[in-house]
Amino acid sequence: MPEIRNYTLNFGPQHPAAHGVLRLVLEMDGEVIERADPHIGLLHRATEKLAESKPYNQTIPYMDRLDYVSMMCSEHGYVMAIEKLLGVEVPLRAKYIRTLFDEITRILNHLMWLGTHALDVGAMTVFLYAFREREDLMDCYEAVSGARMHAAYYRVGGVYRDLPDVMPRYANNQFRSDADIARKNETRQGSLLDFIDDFANRFPGLVDEYETLLTDNRIWKQRTVGIGVVTPERARQLSFTGPMVRGSGLAWDLRKKQPYAAYNRVDFDIPVGVNGDCYDRYLVRIEELRQSTRIIKQCVQWLRENPGPVIVQDHKISPPARDYMKGDMESLIHHFKLFTEGYCPPAGEAYAAVEAPKGEFGCYVVSDGSNKPFRLKIRAPGFAHLAAMDEMVKGHMLADVVAVIGTMDVVFGEIDR
Amino acid sequence: MNEAVKTKSQLRHETLQANLIDRYASKGCVVTAALGEVTMVIPREHLLAIATELRDDAAFQFEELIDACGIDYAGYGESEWVTQEASAAGFNRGVNRHIIDVSARGENDRFAVVYHLLSMVHNQRLRLRTFVDALQPIVDSVVGIWRGADWFEREAFDLYGIMFSGHPDLRRILTDYGFVGHPFRKDFPLEGTVQMRYDAEQARVIYEPVTLDPRVLVPKVIREDNRFVSNAQQDPTDA
Repeated sequence: MPEIRNYTLNFGPQHPAAHGVLRLVLEMDGEVIERADPHIGLLHRATEKLAESKPYNQTIPYMDRLDYVSMMCSEHGYVMAIEKLLGVEVPLRAKYIRTLFDEITRILNHLMWLGTHALDVGAMTVFLYAFREREDLMDCYEAVSGARMHAAYYRVGGVYRDLPDVMPRYANNQFRSDADIARKNETRQGSLLDFIDDFANRFPGLVDEYETLLTDNRIWKQRTVGIGVVTPERARQLSFTGPMVRGSGLAWDLRKKQPYAAYNRVDFDIPVGVNGDCYDRYLVRIEELRQSTRIIKQCVQWLRENPGPVIVQDHKISPPARDYMKGDMESLIHHFKLFTEGYCPPAGEAYAAVEAPKGEFGCYVVSDGSNKPFRLKIRAPGFAHLAAMDEMVKGHMLADVVAVIGTMDVVFGEIDR
Repeated sequence: MNEAVKTKSQLRHETLQANLIDRYASKGCVVTAALGEVTMVIPREHLLAIATELRDDAAFQFEELIDACGIDYAGYGESEWVTQEASAAGFNRGVNRHIIDVSARGENDRFAVVYHLLSMVHNQRLRLRTFVDALQPIVDSVVGIWRGADWFEREAFDLYGIMFSGHPDLRRILTDYGFVGHPFRKDFPLEGTVQMRYDAEQARVIYEPVTLDPRVLVPKVIREDNRFVSNAQQDPTDA
């Protein structure tokens, strides 16, 4: 009888389905996975250590670069932790803006996840559809912060500035016909809120479009149903959060259970799965797209009716307006102190968590009373999810590994930090 | 957050705090509540027993470990630039780097492991902290209690050099293969110790000592803020 041995397969870090820089060492018996050992850290930038060497505000842009497909949610977790330390109450309008942009971010993230997950499993079209809509949402990011991805829009005490009254339009150019540009500009005639409202109106129809491609698709179901099953007990044991835990049937969502920002003022439902497999998690996330649209519409309506300040007026924390600074000595001093030194929260520690699209994103900040965090620990949802890789793929085929990586929605910016 | 919710969560925290004190104060645990969060400091010899109870006891049911991380308390509360009186010279951004004296703290309060627990049933959180010996930083692993602790403990080992006895597979996780040192310790320079480049002569990637100068762009300062001082006196338990 010939000797049969397990062999080891290196998956990544340059594999297109590895979602970045995952190196997966797979021990295989034929095509069945015996053991999976993810090697991470290839994108480690020591964000937490860098944060210790900078004033609090200067770390906000690093947060965008953690989970680089759900930028503002990471910012939100970080500023909330500092606000907790400082004891700052954020103005209500800022809370609504944060809620609005958290949900825009959730759609951005889920579209990215949907496109790449489907692409990994073999469906090309969904990817193109999803990226078409992402373009509109990134325009919202750009309109509000000037950057399409790394916004650095949230500030301690609110957001950097109010929503713009005019949505930027495309200029005529030599690459596209004027008629095409005019069609693209149709929805951009009003304010940013009008644009978002229009998006929220047409988005549910677009979600239907993705669903016609996948939900009843025989190949999609063959690749996802019964793959990577996690029971609710195991999900809790493995520190799962977000859609990964909801896919297993636990109705746990921080937006409902421990509401922050304006989530206790808006109406939405939490979808939960039944079987805890890849297909259920797919359904959960698709429904979250619809629920996010619902929240966005409520926020848009509220923001239209209620103008007001978007950041606290305490100039020990937020800089005074530029024109005050020019004429008023005290404002100038505040401005100077804030930008050369920052603010010093009282000594203590705080943990603040948000329901990021991937799960619970938390920041644990230890302050020793200085202008820099003494210790910042970023609790990234993907880190805990990827740690369960071995358990989830054991006994599955090699092709299912790709489906499981897809369903975990891993992004290495946050896992490696 | 409306008032009813706030008082309810406050009430839950107070019950939790009272329960914890009642149960574990005799074992040397210190329970504090601040900023709406409950923290319990556990002597490390009792960690496993208490953690198991916290998970299984109906009064607590902390079934999920949200996070575990290491902390290096060296240099806690030290300023890089003390400005009590007017000085003629500013802060030197270049070479005069503040060197943290790691031996200033006692052996038993330099490193700590912090666990964040979550109970979905009771919808509440708890923070556990356990100090470890600075010379022999070893603490019992909680992987047997919460499987999710696996990577969190590997990370704490990698970045702080805290060893977890009973961990099934304590390898480095975030740093490079063959990395030397524990980079998040306060005495490890931000710039690192080695840099890597491709050497054309040897036709391979080589490591060499780092050539970056350590620079502090904004000095760390501690300001006595009267607003927070008075707050702390009025309401020491909850903000």
